[in-house]
Parts: sequence; C-alpha cells; structure tokens
Amino acid sequence: MELPVQTFRVTRADLVRYAGASGDFNPIHWSERFATKVGLPGVIAHGMYTMALVGRAVTAWAGSADAVVDFSVRFSRPVPVPDDDEGTELEVRGVVKGQTEAGLTQIDVTATCRGEKVLSQARALVRRPA
Amino acid sequence: MPLDPSFAGRSYPPTASYQVGREKIREFATAIGAADDLHHDPEAARAAGYADVVAPPTFAVVITMAANRQIVDDPELGVDYRRVVHGDQRFEYTRPIVAGDELVSTNTIEEIRSRGGHDFLTMRTDVASASGDLVVTAWSKLVVRGEG
Repeated sequence: MELPVQTFRVTRADLVRYAGASGDFNPIHWSERFATKVGLPGVIAHGMYTMALVGRAVTAWAGSADAVVDFSVRFSRPVPVPDDDEGTELEVRGVVKGQTEAGLTQIDVTATCRGEKVLSQARALVRRPA
Repeated sequence: MPLDPSFAGRSYPPTASYQVGREKIREFATAIGAADDLHHDPEAARAAGYADVVAPPTFAVVITMAANRQIVDDPELGVDYRRVVHGDQRFEYTRPIVAGDELVSTNTIEEIRSRGGHDFLTMRTDVASASGDLVVTAWSKLVVRGEG
C-alpha cells in the first residue's frame, strides 16, 4: 500500500538550527568555503537532518509521534542546500510492506531531492496505529 | 593508513550519564519541525502514559554522536575525522526517550572493513537508563574516505 507523499523544504536556516539543536557543527553543513574545499558541491544537509524529516513522515503515516520502534537508512547521496530563500525540497514516499511477527508494520521509504534518491535501504518498523 | 580491523569487537567504558532535558527535546523537535504535542506538552505526554515529553525518533543521535567520540577520537584507532562521511544509521528502540531520563552509553566497534581505498567503521551504542534497562541501540556506519 502506498502512503501519501510528503514534502519538506530545507533552507540554510534549517541547517543552522539543526546544528545547534543536535550539536553537529561540522562546517560542511554551514560553510560554502569549507564544503567546496573538501570536494562537495556546496553546503549539504546533515544526513541526520534528512533522517529526522523522514522520521516526521513516518510518524505522520503511523498516526502517532511515539510509533517508531526501528528506523534505519543509508545515506546514498548528499542533499545540497543553496544559499537562497527557496533552499531545496525533500520528497518522501512510503510503502507498507506488511507486518512482522511481533505485530509491527514495516514501511519502506524513498527520499528524493531534485529527482535523485538521497537515501537507500530506508525502512521503519512502527507500532500499528491505535 | 587503513584502520586496523583487529579493533572490531572492542568495547569502551560506559560514558558519563546524559540527563535528558525537557527543553532539549523541545528544541530538537522544533529544529526538525516536529510539532506533535507529545514532544512539547508534558500534560499531553502524561495523558499518553509517559512521565514527561517524548523525544522524536532520531533524538538519540544527540547522545550517541557525542558518545561515539570515544571511538572516533581514540588515538590508537586513528580515525581522520576530516575524511569521515556518514554512511548508515539505525535505531532500535525498547521505548522512546523521555525528558528526565538519565542515560548511559556503551560503545562497541562492531565492524571495520576496507574496500576501494575507503574504510567502513560500524559503531554500536547501547543506551541504557540509570537502572540499567536498555532504551535504544544505535548503529552508525562511518565511511573514512581514502586519501587517493
């Protein structure tokens, strides 16, 4: 079963706020100069910020904020975030794959940015909505 | 220089306990745009059976990333952090993290592999409550890019 597509806008301000809240101050997430020096296309989103947005999508699908029991992703491609008001957009799709023996629902997730997959093997096990 | 695969299986002493603050959960939830009352309103959390506000699913990384410095900064292992990118991440929860928790992390190097000139370091962090009950296990795979 396919779940409703969810989209999230990501701007530089979001990355700065996430850096402060998470304690991840790696300069590739806020300094264009540093990011390009280490061979990146520019400032990129924290992988864990992308995962957090996917977590929001999953909890919205599950219908409760405490539903996630198991959550895994592979970061397959960076999410570049330009220094403008629009930033970029993350599109998150989910498919219900079925139930585990423990009664959890497995959701397989696809996350794309500008048409390219930025996660692979993204999967969550959630408690069935009450 | 590639990472020494004989470090696989090595465990580190438990970290100092991390006190989960209500405002920290709110700050993190706000930063990721998670507006649900469970993350912000203690009354709503209590009505759902929790002692205080509930952390979003990836909040554990605040604790485990700091705890992982034990491994990443281990001079004997010698990870060049400037070359590190995040490969994989997984969380397996026994229960959600809640404000007021005092959590202790125990790090283990689960796997070290080298492929195509890059090193792959898989760290497991078991996060337990003050009473010793496992709350969440996190696996983080870091890719240390080769110098080539």
